[in-house]
Amino acid sequence: MMASSYNIKEEDGHHSGSSGPGGNAVRTKKPDNTAFKQQRLPAWQPIITAGTVLPAFFIIGLIFIPIGIGLYVTSNNIKEFEIDYTGIDISSPCFNCSQSYSWNTTTSCTCSIPFSLDQPFESNVFMYYGLSNFYQNHRRYVKSRDDSQLNGNLDSLKAPSKECEPYRINENMPIAPCGAIANSMFNDTLDLFYIDPNGTRTPIPLMKTGIAWWTDKHVKFRNPGGSSSNLTAVFYGTTKPLSWPKPVYELDTDPENNGFVNEDLIVWMRTAALPTFRKLYRIIQKKNSLTPTLPRGNYTLDIVYNYPVRSFDGRKRMILSTISWMGGKNPFLGIAYISVGSVCFFLGVVLLFIHHKYGNRNNSSDIPN
Amino acid sequence: MLRRRLNRLFGGDEKRVDSRTIYVGNRPCPATETFIPPKFCDNRIVSSKYTIWNFLPKNLFEQFRRIANFYFLIIFLVQVIVDTPTSPVTSGLPLFFVITVTAIKQGYEDWLRHKADSEVNKYPVRVLEDGQPARKDSEKIKVGDIVEVVEDETFPCDLILLQSSRDDDTCFVTTASLDGESNHKTHYTVPDMEKDLQSLSATIECEQPQPDLYKFVGRMHIYKPEHDPAVRSLGPENLLLKGATLKNTKKIYGVAVYTGMETKMALNYQGKSQKRSAVEKSINAFLLVYLCILISKAVVCTTLKYVWQSQDGQDEPWYNQKTEKEKGTILYVKMFTDFLSFMVLFNFIIPVSMYVTVEMQKFLGSFFITWDRDFFDPEIEEGALVNTSDLNEELGQVEYVFTDKTGTLTQNNMEFIECCIDGFQYTAFSSELDSFCVTDGPVSTFQEKAGREKEELFLRALCLCHTVQVKEAGPDELGGDQVDGPASEPLRPAEQRGFIASSPDEVALVKGAMRYGFTFLGLESKTMKIKNWQNDVEEYELLHVLNFDPVRRRMSVIVRSKSGDTLLFCKGADSSIFPRVRPEEVERIRMHVQRSATEGYRTLCVAYKRLSVDEYAAADAGLREARLALQDREEKLMAVYNQVETAMSLIGATAVEDRLQEEAAQTMEALQGAGMKVWVLTGDKMETAKSTCYACRLFRRSTELLELTVRTLESGGRRREEMLHDLLFDFHRKAVQDAPPARAGVNRSWSSANPEYGFIVDGAALALVMNPSPDTNCSRYRSLFLQICQNCTAVLCCRMAPLQKAQIVKMVKNSKGSPITLSIGDGANDVSMILEAHVGIGVKGKEGRQAVRNSDYAIPKLKHLRKLLLAHGHLYYIRIAHLVQYFFYKNLCFILPQFLYQFFCGCSQQPLYDAAYLTMYNICFTSMPILAYSLLEQQIAIEVLLDNATLYRDIAKNAMLRWGPFLYWTVLAVFQGLIFFFGVKYLFSNPALQDNGQVFGNWSYGTIVFTVLVFTVTLKLALDTRHWTWINHFVIWGSLAFYVVFSFFWGGIIWPFLKQQRLYFVFFNMLSSVSAWLVIILLIVLSLLPDILLGVLRKPRGPHTQQLSKESLLYVDRYGNGARRFPLAVTCSWRHSG
Repeated sequence: MMASSYNIKEEDGHHSGSSGPGGNAVRTKKPDNTAFKQQRLPAWQPIITAGTVLPAFFIIGLIFIPIGIGLYVTSNNIKEFEIDYTGIDISSPCFNCSQSYSWNTTTSCTCSIPFSLDQPFESNVFMYYGLSNFYQNHRRYVKSRDDSQLNGNLDSLKAPSKECEPYRINENMPIAPCGAIANSMFNDTLDLFYIDPNGTRTPIPLMKTGIAWWTDKHVKFRNPGGSSSNLTAVFYGTTKPLSWPKPVYELDTDPENNGFVNEDLIVWMRTAALPTFRKLYRIIQKKNSLTPTLPRGNYTLDIVYNYPVRSFDGRKRMILSTISWMGGKNPFLGIAYISVGSVCFFLGVVLLFIHHKYGNRNNSSDIPN
Repeated sequence: MLRRRLNRLFGGDEKRVDSRTIYVGNRPCPATETFIPPKFCDNRIVSSKYTIWNFLPKNLFEQFRRIANFYFLIIFLVQVIVDTPTSPVTSGLPLFFVITVTAIKQGYEDWLRHKADSEVNKYPVRVLEDGQPARKDSEKIKVGDIVEVVEDETFPCDLILLQSSRDDDTCFVTTASLDGESNHKTHYTVPDMEKDLQSLSATIECEQPQPDLYKFVGRMHIYKPEHDPAVRSLGPENLLLKGATLKNTKKIYGVAVYTGMETKMALNYQGKSQKRSAVEKSINAFLLVYLCILISKAVVCTTLKYVWQSQDGQDEPWYNQKTEKEKGTILYVKMFTDFLSFMVLFNFIIPVSMYVTVEMQKFLGSFFITWDRDFFDPEIEEGALVNTSDLNEELGQVEYVFTDKTGTLTQNNMEFIECCIDGFQYTAFSSELDSFCVTDGPVSTFQEKAGREKEELFLRALCLCHTVQVKEAGPDELGGDQVDGPASEPLRPAEQRGFIASSPDEVALVKGAMRYGFTFLGLESKTMKIKNWQNDVEEYELLHVLNFDPVRRRMSVIVRSKSGDTLLFCKGADSSIFPRVRPEEVERIRMHVQRSATEGYRTLCVAYKRLSVDEYAAADAGLREARLALQDREEKLMAVYNQVETAMSLIGATAVEDRLQEEAAQTMEALQGAGMKVWVLTGDKMETAKSTCYACRLFRRSTELLELTVRTLESGGRRREEMLHDLLFDFHRKAVQDAPPARAGVNRSWSSANPEYGFIVDGAALALVMNPSPDTNCSRYRSLFLQICQNCTAVLCCRMAPLQKAQIVKMVKNSKGSPITLSIGDGANDVSMILEAHVGIGVKGKEGRQAVRNSDYAIPKLKHLRKLLLAHGHLYYIRIAHLVQYFFYKNLCFILPQFLYQFFCGCSQQPLYDAAYLTMYNICFTSMPILAYSLLEQQIAIEVLLDNATLYRDIAKNAMLRWGPFLYWTVLAVFQGLIFFFGVKYLFSNPALQDNGQVFGNWSYGTIVFTVLVFTVTLKLALDTRHWTWINHFVIWGSLAFYVVFSFFWGGIIWPFLKQQRLYFVFFNMLSSVSAWLVIILLIVLSLLPDILLGVLRKPRGPHTQQLSKESLLYVDRYGNGARRFPLAVTCSWRHSG
């Protein structure tokens, strides 16, 4: 890549005895004749010249453009479907639910939104919920958690960290899980039904595990008292977060997905980077290779509308997406690669031109053409 | 110190007496009824800064006066007091580290000074107490004590000479370590002194201490029981200065008048002030810019935060309630603490680690100077010494070099080189008797040598026309000499015969004559004895000495030979001799004189005249009369001298070489080639200094000399002030106004069209310029003077007192553009200028260690200056400049994403990076490569730097740390910061980046940005590295590897001491995502693109092998050995071409 003149200066450091006839007889204060001390270490001395950089530009261009095209195509092949079910608009089925909000109602508001898919979703389909204008990355919010409590530490369970304020203690009982993040856990229930052409609603099976990082589920988050089945007893003496309708040990019936290791909780606890974000909600597993996971046709999204977002002008979305090796749909990476590759290539051409026209004085004439 | 200065300022202070009264031997005197022992300071010399007690507070105070340290202290305190996003440890630990390291370093340095001080202060001296010498420590000497000093000892304080072991009530001293004059000076005891010092009862009244070495006014009252008090006036000839050395005198007694810090030597020292390098000033300027950026960032964020919070539901949404405490705080207090929090969040933009790294770089880097074998001098078996490592890079920025002459430029070792008798040249290579060898002579076909008679006459003249004394050997030997007679005595080798003279030239001449076989045996009671070729002793009666003075520039003796002839021998500068001899003789000699002078030798012409009885009688009468004159004695003497010294006949000329230091001329040439202006500041005589300047090729034949000296000032017969005015304006017109404008940066050798000017000024004239009488417009003179100086290629200042040297340095230092000055000297007289200049270099010469101790760097020889500046200085400057720029750069692109992130997290001070990354970024991940770079980088090989002095100009005027480059680095940092942040942000528009559909959170975001950052910043340095040693490879790739390993480790374990496991498996998950990999690679490439592009477009500066050989070839053509060997020829050809 670079014109290198490997310049080894004569390294006389290792035979200093020959420097003077009486050199070793008298120990003088004469500095040691080592390559390091005399600043004569052998060194590789690369120089950036047009001749060395030009091939690099071309190579970068030639590598980046195909990668970019590949990324772009991959991203385009990913199927994604998105529904905003906030219910801002009066015509929206969820309008009523969004209007009549109060935390402590026992009866939950439900609404269902019909939609249709124009194309079948072939492979596994991932169901996300998306929130907008929700500042999960607010400093006060991000730090309002107690990882030690979530890791099953019994002391922290009973005496949560101060960081959890003001969601630490309720009615003299420690909150489990404490903190603002846990308190505001997303609690809408989304259900998907396939509407057969003949009108029957077929529920689509939604897998609620495998949505969180493996390490989070198995190491970072643990129920107190290990894997003892009696979560109720373990959580005795704690209280549920204020906004939750039920305590943490009733999140799921499956003991592997209950309490602190509930994957919905774990996913929620990984705070998003930006105020508009999506989080994995459910996975629709491909049944067999013959039928698509979600064939084209009509569907209904049934929502148990619990989560209020209108107070802070937020939005709620449901996203269905397939996934490729590069993750979800995002054309940015492909475009960026193509543009950077093109810029490099273009610069290479310009430099080549300049180099040929004006670079006669330069004696590095080893440019490939 | 301060009090004295104040007193000097308000000279008319009534309480302060202008004189001090000293009781000799501290005994009460009959005249004063009440003896009050006056209070004077003791004889302790203090150069250290701290004591054990005040070290901690004083050192801390001084350290926190540094803007950066103070800033970090504030940040630390804010973190302790206010609830901030990062913990106080992140800034407290590095700060503590920096402060401790600096304190240890300064403490150690001060301890060394304490040791040196106590060595001086505890030096044993003998003080006369009750008639018996008692041993005391030097620091215990009180004013009024009578001190005994023996030969070759230095005087422990300023003494009035009371008694000398010599018969003639004189003693010889050498003040080499004070003013650089190594010849012996005669000092006199107080006239009519009693022999018994014990019974002496006297007071001395003298002026308060003042720094002028050559001025002293005092009175001594001697009380005798039965007589009236006798009054003797005291002058500088009675005063023995601390620091001078007693020579050729067995023992003296003197009474201390000034002690300790009040001695003239100490007064000529200047207060040690901490020197700051220009780089540090640049750092401070950049620091202010970054501080502004920081504050504006914090202000913007705070404002935005409150704007954002004012929207509905944003301040306190239901999911993110405030705590009770937060609700309780007043709005303005909250705003202020928010502002402080932002400051803390962004404070990494000004990294404390930069100061640690800079200090380490300087400290470690200075070892390369001490390690350099090229600085090792086998004679003294020592290498270079670094006293301050703070100024390494300043060595690459020098614009003015002020050099001492004696001992620095020259070896102060006169040697007789050749002579010319009657037009025939003789060199002094052979030391055998009667073997003049003719090397060169015009039309020497007929007669190869001058007549023998002429030769003898010439040598006799050399032997007689001087004021040299023979150093007395031990009494036995002396007696032997007298008894045996010269005929039987084997000739003593020349080396053993010591001569003492006020001018080393005279010694050289006498020694030269000795080598040709005419030996001067000594002067005894007006009879000069010389031994001639036949080993006969000739005796001459010395009748008159017509002393040398700088105006006449010649001296004569009138002697009477045994045969009764009265002869006048005269020697002097050619210009003063030629008009006084017969013109037909002149031409034959003139050529030789000119050639010798061109070679840089000091030439003298020798003439003689046979005086008839009448002539002598007239001259004798005239001289006697003039000597007795009370008024205008000088003028009258001069008139007689001029009258006598006429119509002489020229015998020949001599050439004496003041041996230059090795490679002095080449060094000076290299320095001038590097664009430095060399000024010679010396206490020596003008003639001597001038010829040295010629020899060093600071002045050339073609150089037009502008002289502003006492001689030129007085020549017009007008008042000095008027003359000064005229001369200054005249010179100014010549050198400044008429000079063509486009002369900057052109090597003077090539600009042959322009006349070159050399400026000569002496101490007295300088004093007139600096402190003119009140009626003249003084500031005008100063600026004129400065302008003239700056437009001359070389400036010579002679007859300078040490403080005047410092004054000159100060004047240049404070002139427009505040150029970087360097002073180099070897004696105590150079200390003040060494301290005053930006960089002080001490030469480890013969004249003691004062200069070395007070210098910033000490080198064994002048020639080492070249490598020190051209190679070490250049490299250090490049290294540190790059270091500074790089540090600001890497921290700006470190913090910029964090700043941008505030816009997307509700300006809530949420850090983008994990605390570990925030702390480790500057300490571990990116510090080692730049440290290695700043120690090892050699963009241009040392050999090339040494050969091409002009390369030094490339970095002149702080070229790499001016606003241009700074702007470039800043823009680059902003560009990269934007790319890091927004690149990842667009990626995170869909945070599902893994192939299992799982999403990334905010810590993944930060980690991706941080990974790109660390890699980009390190690779950017790799791109800049032009000298890859294994250490660079190790450190650059090592620190990247360390980052990866650390991230794995940090994210791989649930750390029990952490409140939050933010990074748990974040790095691992990031690496498992192909998109993250791709975006990291893309962003790194994109960020480095502009730099690569610029590297291509920029002219390559590196040591290209071909380019290198070509340049060095060119160099040989221009400066090659030919030019060195034949300077005259070269200068001539340039003159003709111009």
